Amino acid sequence: MTRLTPSTKSVALHIGVVLALLALNFLLPEYHRGVFARVLVLAVFAMGYNLAFGYTGLLSLGHAMFFAAGLYGAGLTIYHLEWSVWPAFGAGLAAGVVVALVVGFLALRTTGVAFMIVTLMFAQVFYLMTLYFTTYTRGEEGLVLPQETRVLGFPGGMLDLSDPSTRYLVALSLFAIVLAAILFLVRAPYGRSLIAIRENEERMRMLGYNVFVNKLMAVVLSGLFCAASGAAYAVLFGYVGSGFAAIQYSILPLLWVLVGGAAATLGPLIGTLFMFYVIDTASSYTTAHLMVVGLVLIGVILFFPKGIIGTVRERWLPWLP
Amino acid sequence: MTAALTMEHVDSAYGHVQVLRGFDLELRQGEVLCLLGRNGAGKTTALKTIMGLVPATAGRILLGDVELNSLAPHEVPKAGVAYVPQGRRLFSELTVGENIEIGLMTRGKGAATRDSVLDLFPVLRERLKQRSGTLSGGEQQMLAMARALCLEPQVLLLDEPTEGLMPSMIARIRETVAGLRERGVSTILVEQRVDAVLPVADRVAFIENGRNRETVDVERLREDPEMVHRYVGVG
Repeated sequence: MTRLTPSTKSVALHIGVVLALLALNFLLPEYHRGVFARVLVLAVFAMGYNLAFGYTGLLSLGHAMFFAAGLYGAGLTIYHLEWSVWPAFGAGLAAGVVVALVVGFLALRTTGVAFMIVTLMFAQVFYLMTLYFTTYTRGEEGLVLPQETRVLGFPGGMLDLSDPSTRYLVALSLFAIVLAAILFLVRAPYGRSLIAIRENEERMRMLGYNVFVNKLMAVVLSGLFCAASGAAYAVLFGYVGSGFAAIQYSILPLLWVLVGGAAATLGPLIGTLFMFYVIDTASSYTTAHLMVVGLVLIGVILFFPKGIIGTVRERWLPWLP
Repeated sequence: MTAALTMEHVDSAYGHVQVLRGFDLELRQGEVLCLLGRNGAGKTTALKTIMGLVPATAGRILLGDVELNSLAPHEVPKAGVAYVPQGRRLFSELTVGENIEIGLMTRGKGAATRDSVLDLFPVLRERLKQRSGTLSGGEQQMLAMARALCLEPQVLLLDEPTEGLMPSMIARIRETVAGLRERGVSTILVEQRVDAVLPVADRVAFIENGRNRETVDVERLREDPEMVHRYVGVG
């Protein structure tokens, strides 16, 4: 019997995960299906963050602005310009790419702690802009997108994105597309060069690589995926608010990626899912749920120092991408 | 003999600390030129200045007609200079094969270059799927050299390639450097130990206080061992 190559095993695992998530649409109770839909969308955000942080080594504290660029790009065009979902989603992606390009171009002139601070400052500017232009954004209160605007048109019909099953399947589709893109990217030579940049920038420069351009491309791709998540959040859950541009949403993807496993394709999904349910479960028992969450995180760090998937890969399954 | 690489009156500094002062050097086509000198003399800085990692504040560095100090650091390898730094600095998370691919991609080299490089280091061919961080010190040095040679450089800069290696591995590295000379690659070799240099070098440049004090044929060094005492302080 021929043994499966690591590459085949890895592709099979990812297909299996997507199929299992598809099956959950039919098996999960209503409440949990809603949680999973939200987790799938936010896992895309975490996957985008993982590309910059996990693979390229860029510790950003400003990714909320990329998520919010997608969120507002889609939300504002639907709410104020009455665009339909497809072009609004496209506007969200374009907003994310433009913001990532500009911020990346400026912030990548710094490294390390300075990069963290510069990205944080840019994100704060973005956040304050969402509060300043309240005429359009309605600040913290936010905008609720009417149900009739959240309809996805196809040549053969329409999909109501407020329907729980449709919402889950659309979230899963986006998740599957981004997962496949990330898997392809990190296995491609460009992905290996990002890892090499993370390990030793100067060495890459000495091998003839334009490190700045490669990192800028990584930030733009990361911004694109985060914006896709934000745009999807707006159209699937119908709410666009300043809270999503606040610093909390820059720290959350870092936490999800660290818990799930940095530079692991499935780490962001596992980390997001784990954190959602830890908080959800703890808060149903006690008002001091953050203390419980803290204890659980200490446990995770003790037993899974490289994140859940990262540690599984290190100890048992070295073929995991 | 024509020069492969020339440094003319080069100054370079780390911030306000000047290291090279009016540094001159001529590397001839197809030769192995060794830089010898005490710690802190400026040997490694000379290599880093060629690569643009330490900026030259005066003088010129020429690769043929190309002025290297007018290029961005990442353009120097594309011009034809490869650098193997002290301590190897592999991408330890990547496999041997991936490290080599990274070297090949810069100048768009393909399977022919890869095979040619692996012919020089057959042991790496057997370990293409192994993580490079798990290789022995000697194998890591070979991989660092292989990755640099994927650029098909005209000039190779090696910074203490035998440091910390066992004698059999040192001999292997020497053979490789000699083999590269046969292929027409010009090499600048930085070493601390004279015995590691004599079997492979064509000429030796003595570096002291950021200057090239004297460049001599290796035969002259054999005839006048006192010269080594004078510049390096050991025999």
